[in-house]
Amino acid sequence: MKTFQGRVVAPGRVSAEALVSHNGLNTLASFQKALQFGDKKATCGDQNNPDLYGKQMAGKALCLPQTIGSTTGGLVLYCACSMGRQPAAMLFSNPIDSLAAAGAVLADVWLEGAQSKMPVVDSLGDEFLDYVKDGMNIIIQEDGKVLVSDPF
Amino acid sequence: MDYKVKLTDEQRAILEGSKGETLAKVMESLVRYGELFGATEMVPISSKFNHLVTSFGLKALGPVYELMDKLLEAGAPSGQKFTVDPKPLDKNVPSSFAQDVVFKLFMYSRQKDYEKQLADLGLLSDNAFTCTCYMDEVGNKPGFGEILSWSESSAVVYANSVLGARCNRNSGIIDLMGSVIGYVPKFGLLTDEGRKADWIVEIKTSKKPEAQLLGSAIGMKVMEDVPYVIGLDKWIGNELDDEACTYLKDFGAATASNGAVGLYHIDGLTPEAAKYGKDLIKEGAKTYVIDDAELERVYNEYPVIWKDKDAAPKLCFMGCPHMSLQQLKDWTDKVEAGLAKSGAGKVSVPTVFTAAPDVLEAFAKTPYADRLKATGVITSYICPLMYMNNPLSEKMPVITSSNKLRTYTSARYYTDDEILEQITQNRKGGRA
Repeated sequence: MKTFQGRVVAPGRVSAEALVSHNGLNTLASFQKALQFGDKKATCGDQNNPDLYGKQMAGKALCLPQTIGSTTGGLVLYCACSMGRQPAAMLFSNPIDSLAAAGAVLADVWLEGAQSKMPVVDSLGDEFLDYVKDGMNIIIQEDGKVLVSDPF
Repeated sequence: MDYKVKLTDEQRAILEGSKGETLAKVMESLVRYGELFGATEMVPISSKFNHLVTSFGLKALGPVYELMDKLLEAGAPSGQKFTVDPKPLDKNVPSSFAQDVVFKLFMYSRQKDYEKQLADLGLLSDNAFTCTCYMDEVGNKPGFGEILSWSESSAVVYANSVLGARCNRNSGIIDLMGSVIGYVPKFGLLTDEGRKADWIVEIKTSKKPEAQLLGSAIGMKVMEDVPYVIGLDKWIGNELDDEACTYLKDFGAATASNGAVGLYHIDGLTPEAAKYGKDLIKEGAKTYVIDDAELERVYNEYPVIWKDKDAAPKLCFMGCPHMSLQQLKDWTDKVEAGLAKSGAGKVSVPTVFTAAPDVLEAFAKTPYADRLKATGVITSYICPLMYMNNPLSEKMPVITSSNKLRTYTSARYYTDDEILEQITQNRKGGRA
């Protein structure tokens, strides 16, 4: 098990299976089809992201450097949370970008109920993204500590 | 909760609920958003109008429309009138029966309701749907130093760079919340330090670089940093005339979409570069040299995601971001000349030129409008991105000279000359 310390963007404690994107997550391209056509698994629809394309994002601890793409990104994340199709958590190796920050903050401020919560931690460092692999177990603590271990 | 952002008594009172729970949440959203980027204070928005990125009644964005309803119910419309990005539908643009069904019944089924919501919130006019709100014909053109709460990436980079206004690369909804409350957090591109250049970009090409290709190269290299571009004034002059502004519109949109640039300086041309010169460059700035070979490399590395890479194009989109009046006139001349050369009467690929409704109205009053119509080119106010962003359209072989459209959709990029050749000479342009 390895522990990484980040900054809390949206607080929460959760454990989930890791899903890793080494490139920036294009939020609109990744979520649009899932939100549009009622896909509860939130299957990633971004053909330009080989790490995530076709994989379930809902309920996973999504590990990534940053988000990219359209400035609708924040409101798309907000919608994913509102519909209960969000990742279990978002874990950024870099300091968070303005689009993901908007989505994380809007969801945390405006949405109520456990089904819409999404803890977000940023600034976990490059080593975090080098270490974490799809399927690893992730535990996120309230203070921004992220525990990563091999699958059981 | 304690925040590092310094709040005035009025702002703190709003945060604590003096104007109701909804406005308290709006203030909390903006303060927490600013905190993440080290904002020092909340500063008043000083532009006359706002501009919103969300122009589409997309079924998938239901929760956003519910949030907007909450603002309206709380008696909290936008404090400023606003323009908004282009509409996603226009019957003038060719589409199949299946596309029409998908567009109207599935994707944009909330369009009519959403447009009503925008009107209630403070939409400037029925014509206010464009990504190029800063065109003279539209009239949402902020002045030097004005503070904005915009989020459309191509408009933000234009307002910061060409007009000298100050705006961060915000997300949709944050843009509206700023003008509801009247303040935005001060950080990043709102500060003098945040407007300094991290990169020196030296242009050493043998001819005028294609705006959308140069912007793409710089965007992919510097990502969200600020570039200071040296040597471009040799090709586009030292005056912000119509031609230079049009060039910078397309150049900037490519830097913002292929990277995440919110501000660039052009040595000897853009207002802050003209005023402060190389003092804008940070100590230790990195250097990126762009010559013909570098542009060639960037062009050749664009992936072609068409299933059949040799498919004949079924549609051509020009105008992402929307074209200027002068661009429409220039392209009328170019298309006519191309058709005269080939002997063809009309364009061989269905072609759509997109521009702001106000620009199209101005264009319609010129003799160019009938001439362009005679070539077979269609004009529209649509957002090409919204047209392309669905499973049916993404299977179509669509060509464009917009590097923004290339980045976000399956559309294939060609230079302006190659596009002209394809639509007027019925020849496949570009490289193999």
